[in-house]
Amino acid sequence: MTEDIYVLGIETSCDETAASVVKNGKEIISNVVASQIESHKRFGGVVPEIASRHHVEQITLVIEEALTQAGMAPNELDAVAVTEGPGLVGALLVGVNAAKAFAFAHQLPLVGVHHIAGHIYANRLEQEMEFPLLALVISGGHTELVLMKEHGDFDVIGETRDDAAGEAYDKVARTLNLPYPGGPHIDRLAHESDGAIEFPRVWLEEGSYDFSFSGLKSSVLNYLHNAAQRGEEIPPEHIAAGFQNSVVEVVTAKAVRAAAQYKVRQVIAAGGVAANKGLRTSLTAAFDEKGIPFYIPPLALCTDNAAMIAAAGTVMFEKGIRGTMAMNGRPGMELASWT
Amino acid sequence: MIYLGIDTSNYPLAIALMEDQTVLIEETTNLKINHSLTAMPAIEEMMKKAKVAPADLTHIAVAEGPGSYTGIRIGLTIAKTLAWSLKIPLHMVSSLKVLAANGQSFDGLVCPVMDARRGTAFTALYDGKTLEPVVGDQHSDFREFLNKAKTIGKPVLFTGADLVIHEGLIREVLGGMAHFSAPQNRLPRASNLIVLAQQSDAQDVHHAVPEYQRITEAEANYNKQQEGQPS
Repeated sequence: MTEDIYVLGIETSCDETAASVVKNGKEIISNVVASQIESHKRFGGVVPEIASRHHVEQITLVIEEALTQAGMAPNELDAVAVTEGPGLVGALLVGVNAAKAFAFAHQLPLVGVHHIAGHIYANRLEQEMEFPLLALVISGGHTELVLMKEHGDFDVIGETRDDAAGEAYDKVARTLNLPYPGGPHIDRLAHESDGAIEFPRVWLEEGSYDFSFSGLKSSVLNYLHNAAQRGEEIPPEHIAAGFQNSVVEVVTAKAVRAAAQYKVRQVIAAGGVAANKGLRTSLTAAFDEKGIPFYIPPLALCTDNAAMIAAAGTVMFEKGIRGTMAMNGRPGMELASWT
Repeated sequence: MIYLGIDTSNYPLAIALMEDQTVLIEETTNLKINHSLTAMPAIEEMMKKAKVAPADLTHIAVAEGPGSYTGIRIGLTIAKTLAWSLKIPLHMVSSLKVLAANGQSFDGLVCPVMDARRGTAFTALYDGKTLEPVVGDQHSDFREFLNKAKTIGKPVLFTGADLVIHEGLIREVLGGMAHFSAPQNRLPRASNLIVLAQQSDAQDVHHAVPEYQRITEAEANYNKQQEGQPS
């Protein structure tokens, strides 16, 4: 029997300061998240400089809490994993420098993790991954279809060419005067609606797994603008339902087609928008019908957290990947396979 | 007692190790390179050279700002994480005071200057003999600040790497009362930081945050907006 591996994860790529201890890349021992959302609400979105300031205020408290809840001392850890990118540069720098200082103080190995790899590996905290695997990553900053043939092998087969799905949700929500963050409000309105405006579906070229949401967003804005000029009142829930229907139909259809083409054994959803009820329902029904196992992690693991960074970091650690004291925050980091 | 000092407030990276009153090693670089890339490797290298292990450290000293927001955050994040991890005291010293220490023993006032764009600066006035603040750290319109400094009626020694930007203005306002530190005395030295730290109380590590001396633009705009609204 092999020794257990305990990894401390640290995540500060956007507006959550998070730390977690994960055992063997699969079992959460502790998972602490300090959210800044209340502080950013007054500005209608995340203000990068303020996010960075909050991270400095929280970072050691959050790491200490993760260790305390895990009942572990630093010398019982095997490695420190931190989000290296992508994200807000000033925010990333706090996590990266805290991780480096902590690793240096305790002479522990350091691993730099890609944020999206983290979101994908959040699923491994619920059930073992089966390859080939298709991951649908859908969040405020990302909309990607990632094919994995084995651990640490990432092939981005589709991605957004303009706005991320979550971005489009936020922009439409702002137009409808819904509070920030708008995604959950649109989802709720759509759910309660008794009607839906018909908006276009953007499929792009035949066979493409890429996405485009900025055209859909524009047609929602145009529709509202024209209605206002005619003096017409459109129920906001009809807009929300119409917008969501368009997003959900395209995302579901592309994910189902990709899963069939690559004969995957498992499909997983990851990222904050995976919490969207409309999308969950549609994806679950579609993959049920095809008989392909489909998983969405619980909400707390869909949004940004450090357990997912520790989970991904554990596999990287096992593969012998190490970061150095020169690790930097990489705001535009690309998802690359672990070799 | 072994002190590690870290100042990343501006372009210069200043680090040092002192054992009680003895400087073991000191390093200042003034290159426009991201501190996130260079600070930890420099600290690691310096400690290796001095044969000091992380567990040998007994105190951490850090320049708390003002300065570049990102710069002071990197230094402070490293310093508080090290202090918390090693369970040793953290001492914070004004980045302006660290600069002012370059002019210590000057008979008059010492004025450290960090350019903050649009005619403004992070600056202060310290007593040259005692290094006590005469006019506290602030972010000000630099011309206005100089006019006030003039009214004190004492000679002022200016220091800081950004003097080159403001030298003309300083001469214009203060004339013969203005003195300029030599180029080799314009960068922060982490040994000065440590000596000042040795005279200061330790901070609560978890609640240690930079002294930005300026609220964010988003907050300033938000506050302005709120003021304009009827309550």
